[in-house]
Amino acid sequence: MTRKRPVLINPSKFEWSQLKFYFILIPLALFMVLPILYMFFSAFKPMDELFAYPPRFITTRPTFINFRKLLAATGTTNTPVTVYLFNSIVISIIVMVLTILFGTSAAYTLSKRQFRGKGLLFKINTLTLMFVPTTVSIPRYIVISKLGLLDNFWSQILPLLAMPVGLFLLKQFIDQLPDAVIEAARIDGATEYGILFRIVIPMIRPAVSTVAMLVFQNVWTNVEASRNYINRESLKTFAFYMSALTSSTGNSVAGQGMAAAASLIMFVPVFLLFIIMQSRVMNTMSYSGIK
Amino acid sequence: MNKIKEFFNRYSHVVMLAPFVICFTLFIIIPVIIAIGLSFTQYNAVTSPVFVGLKNYINIFSQDIDFMRDILPNTIEYALIVGPGGYILSFLLAWILAQLTKGPRTMLAVIIYSPSITAGVTVAVVWSVLFSGDRAGYLNSLLLRFGVIQSPQLWLTSPAYLMTIIIIVALWSSMGVGFLAMLSGILNVDPEMYEAAAIDGIHNRLQEVYYITIPMIKPQMLFGAVMSIVNTFSSAGLGVQLSGSNPTPMNAGQLLANHIDDYGFLRYEMGYASALSVVLLGIMWIFSKLAYRLFGEKD
Repeated sequence: MTRKRPVLINPSKFEWSQLKFYFILIPLALFMVLPILYMFFSAFKPMDELFAYPPRFITTRPTFINFRKLLAATGTTNTPVTVYLFNSIVISIIVMVLTILFGTSAAYTLSKRQFRGKGLLFKINTLTLMFVPTTVSIPRYIVISKLGLLDNFWSQILPLLAMPVGLFLLKQFIDQLPDAVIEAARIDGATEYGILFRIVIPMIRPAVSTVAMLVFQNVWTNVEASRNYINRESLKTFAFYMSALTSSTGNSVAGQGMAAAASLIMFVPVFLLFIIMQSRVMNTMSYSGIK
Repeated sequence: MNKIKEFFNRYSHVVMLAPFVICFTLFIIIPVIIAIGLSFTQYNAVTSPVFVGLKNYINIFSQDIDFMRDILPNTIEYALIVGPGGYILSFLLAWILAQLTKGPRTMLAVIIYSPSITAGVTVAVVWSVLFSGDRAGYLNSLLLRFGVIQSPQLWLTSPAYLMTIIIIVALWSSMGVGFLAMLSGILNVDPEMYEAAAIDGIHNRLQEVYYITIPMIKPQMLFGAVMSIVNTFSSAGLGVQLSGSNPTPMNAGQLLANHIDDYGFLRYEMGYASALSVVLLGIMWIFSKLAYRLFGEKD
């Protein structure tokens, strides 16, 4: 008689045998988290602590001075930081909304409609999952300039809308929806647009939030668009401002505290969004397989 | 008005696909085609491109001393360690995490994932202070205190250390979406599979991973592999960000992506830079072919 082995994956309660895994994971997690904690503490350090010797990791007298300095600072042409922040927020929202809109409608069509070239289209998209935009930053610049979008606000939005991973995840998720639901709606006289907005999107909310998170992460931290396509300082993003700040004042005394504060502003929104969404993200990821 | 409505309903599949397909074509397909086209020309971004045939490619492999001596070996070293290395690491971590109960697992997964969401610029800010060259740098101060080194080391500008640091930082930030995909894949394997396998004579965890877990989550493994290729080549700007100069000191951390920027945006030799881009795209394509060969389902 074979002894029935307990299933060890995804256990429901703690057992001593799991301890060995903690021994591996906890030091590793510490290594992963220390730079982030460092960023966090530095942002709240007063000047003398930032440059104390020996360096102190934890701040004893937290202060908002770095943030205040950052917000009072101006870019190279007297553009207040708040302008960059405002641009970043507006661009992020527009890109998120449009990517979701374009992505879900394309994904729904690819998943549930029949037309010629459908298989090929999805194959091309899957192939470009590995696409890294920086490899073709020069031709992209040429496309943008031919479209007359140089120095135009939209040049920071349009290139980011093509996101193969987003389409892929959405389509994989929509594939799981039963055809019967959509058929029923069609029989009841719903248009395709109605089906998309009233049935598909509400049913794939986890995938939509996951893609929204990935898009946000991508846009919020994007430096290339501002750097390559935009000349007017007042149109550039906070990510760009930050990269300029760190390269010009990187090691100066005043710069470091501000850079840490700026890093925190870059990091925290993305991180919070992930924490809020993490169970939906995990749900989406279980359909992420490429067959 | 009714005509428009009819058109929209009749060709709804075209209308719904068009926005994505247009953006996709404009910003992914066409740039790749232009890159291939420009790679056969000499182009300085001012005068119109002059066709030169394969000259750029021949130059890459015969004239460009930096490329053959530093950049190609660096890129291969970096890509092999951060690509497959980071990938195996993220699978192992995902597997280990799956052995824990839900609460601690979620917490640790969030911690391990969070470096991957730090932006390129943020990464440089944080790590350049930790590795700062004066004695107030964290690593220097720590090593000085324990007497490992006698005087502060210039970690980020010294050719001897830069590559190692780039690789550590890249690995640190490599547990991204692919890692989450594999984790959720492992958690979703039907527990009955393991029970059945135990009855069929599998008696250690290694066999379990090899015969059950990996085959069951092949599609997620493939997605993870593709994502790790993306991650590897998109964090390739680290050397320049950390050392603060392009080219990096003695080309120590110079990767193909930096070389492209160097020629494209600093020297304005767009034709040559495009040829380099095509080589890079080719390398990425080979990596993804390999991943498909390993984990793809045969069709």
